[in-house]
Amino acid sequence: MLAVEMKHIYKSFGPVKANHDVNFDLEQGEIHALLGENGAGKTTLMRILYGLYKADMGEIFINGEKVAIHSPKEAIAAGVGMVTQHFTLVPPLTVAENVVLGYTNGVVLSQREIEKNVAAASEKFGILVNPSALVKDLSVGERQRVEILKALYRNARILIMDEPTAVLVPQEVDVLFESLLRLVKSGLSVIFISHKLIEVMAVSDRITVLRDGKVANTVKKSETNQVELAKMMVGRETFGVRLLDACETSEPIYELSGVTLDGKHGKKVLDDVSFCVSRGEILGIAGVSGNGQGELTEVITGLVTPTKGSIKIEGRDITHLAPGQLSDAGIGRTPQDRHEGTIGDLSVAENLALEHIKDYTQKGLLDRKKIRDDATTIIKEFQIKASPGDQLRKLSGGNMQKVVLARALSRKPKVLIASQPTRGLDVGATEYVRNRLLEERARGTAIVLLSEDLDEVLALSDRIAVIYEGRIMGVVPSAEATPEKIGLLMAGAVQH
Amino acid sequence: MGDFIIDIIAATLRVATPLIFATLGELFCERAGILNLGIEGTMFFGAFSGFAAASLSGSLWVGVLTALVGGMLSGWLMSLFSVRLGVNQHVSGLGITLLMTALSLFGFRVIFGESRVLPSITPFKQLSIFPNSPVLGEIFSQYALTYIAIALIPIVWWVVYRTNFGLNLRSVGDNPEATDAAGINVYNLRTIALVIGGALMGVGGAFLSVAQLGSFTFGIVAGRGWVCIALIIFANWHPIKVLWGALLFGSVQALQSRLQLTGIKLPYELFLALPYIVTIIALTLAGRNASYPAALLKPYKRE
Repeated sequence: MLAVEMKHIYKSFGPVKANHDVNFDLEQGEIHALLGENGAGKTTLMRILYGLYKADMGEIFINGEKVAIHSPKEAIAAGVGMVTQHFTLVPPLTVAENVVLGYTNGVVLSQREIEKNVAAASEKFGILVNPSALVKDLSVGERQRVEILKALYRNARILIMDEPTAVLVPQEVDVLFESLLRLVKSGLSVIFISHKLIEVMAVSDRITVLRDGKVANTVKKSETNQVELAKMMVGRETFGVRLLDACETSEPIYELSGVTLDGKHGKKVLDDVSFCVSRGEILGIAGVSGNGQGELTEVITGLVTPTKGSIKIEGRDITHLAPGQLSDAGIGRTPQDRHEGTIGDLSVAENLALEHIKDYTQKGLLDRKKIRDDATTIIKEFQIKASPGDQLRKLSGGNMQKVVLARALSRKPKVLIASQPTRGLDVGATEYVRNRLLEERARGTAIVLLSEDLDEVLALSDRIAVIYEGRIMGVVPSAEATPEKIGLLMAGAVQH
Repeated sequence: MGDFIIDIIAATLRVATPLIFATLGELFCERAGILNLGIEGTMFFGAFSGFAAASLSGSLWVGVLTALVGGMLSGWLMSLFSVRLGVNQHVSGLGITLLMTALSLFGFRVIFGESRVLPSITPFKQLSIFPNSPVLGEIFSQYALTYIAIALIPIVWWVVYRTNFGLNLRSVGDNPEATDAAGINVYNLRTIALVIGGALMGVGGAFLSVAQLGSFTFGIVAGRGWVCIALIIFANWHPIKVLWGALLFGSVQALQSRLQLTGIKLPYELFLALPYIVTIIALTLAGRNASYPAALLKPYKRE
């Protein structure tokens, strides 16, 4: 008898078909991995099983019985538990209190009794926790164990783990996998959502690959390998990738070496990031959102100081400089979010002057005429559809981005950090911004282009560095780069 | 000197009584994640409704009960805005205070008309627990409501830390998402907390009119509600520490009114300000380590 059987599941969000005729089954006591790129429909499918979404069509059977699950409460009653990346724990409460929350009877809460029960459950399932510890004092890995125990304590026989390793450090991943393997031996069935091939190969019995909301295939782990899975995930034949050395470039003027940034819970959000950029070169940084691009931008624009590593421009160490000093050192930047780098209530001219206010200050007073004159010149040069006195917030996204870009470029920077330069822009404005970046490149500026738009990275870059989990997976010359190759690196499939 | 100290201790307990009631009430609200700035108005309404009911029925306990129910209504009204409709808690709380204050004054005018003599009732008598002991007899010659207030401290502690309702309450004020995910109705739970809180605030207000004063005046609450907002931070949302906070404020209050009579040549306003100055200092010291309920001030909406 199958633990779970989902038949012909359909689910759309507006025009997006998140799940299209998906069949999925889970055997008793197996670990079944759901593999796929971001947006392939893995989490949607599991949210349907857990009662968080309602399927448009399809049937679900649990232990051979047809069920209709409308809420997590009903899912729990049916023996399904789910552990997501966002823990549903109450930090000031103890582990025991968190485990029993909402699962108590009567009036009186006996700390001794719940701690005894939770300790017993902890021992029974082999999930080590300290019942009387406060959750706020626990590490992420320990918190995850509390979440798993919470599900098991509610008699879950089917456990859904949604990207459980995303928040863990490597040692914690090992502990988690050991626990899961032990639990399935005692009869638990586990669905393991992941987009990491290595982990899937390490821990699962069977693997279902989802692509664009459809099942690409379901295979036994013993009958497949990483390359084949990667092929199923991406949907195309993949090729070997020739990787460049991170600093294999003509005349590097901007260099990151070993830049590391510790995150909140000891997990490195940037791990030994190194690359070089030459004069007149665009280095594209590609990656699935959330793999460290945001943090990288913050570090190289001086908003955050890295834990380790150094940043140099023309050999001068600029690691610890403040944003303003970086600007003086010849670094121009366009922020990830144009609203973050501008002030909507101020005028176009004031926003253009904002980063270099001391150049416009005389005897402690602003030289309004100079601000306005310079703005007029810049507006003309960059074809911004606005006059200097217009309030910035009234501008279209494209014109606002031009202001941001113009502000950086009008200083003739040696290095330009362009972060998501065309996000949310229309075709015309996108075209303009991209051409402008290419002109800048021709002028001899070294450009770091961070973009989630893979086509943009491919179209503009001379070399492409792929970031995955805060690490640079490899640098590929753009002449040899294809979406497939980059996609494989972005999924962490190629290790070197 | 001995008499003076005994007198101050006895007065401290009296002054602390309404603060204990109302701060414990605020504790329920804030532990559930709702800052109830309706506290001042709810106390005022309790003082009025308690006095009016006692005066009309002739029974002081009917007065207390009425204040309790009135407070519950006020708390429920707060829940309607801040919990169900998700209105900003500062706005809804201040709105409740304005509303309940105005309703009380209006009701007072309707019931008692405009008389030149302040309407009054015979207030509660003080109960002596140790009539034969000179020291304890004096200290523990208090109103029944004072004894109830002190008894409430361990009871509230027990409810918050040793009942399943308390567990849910502590959860919802810190992580309503997790509480919801655990199958607990966040909205109902917060409503219940506000209703309990309102009841305690109402009784706190009634103490002033039916026990201490025997009448109802415009300045009867005189900012005690706001003091409770400070005390709850001072107490770090813990029932036992509420007692210490209330006693600290009460003792300074008791001290200052007696200092005024000693004839020290200082403007009397300085003495009046003393308890509030001490509150500010205590709050500054204690507030640095305050661990606010994480979801305080955040309306909960399901995704």
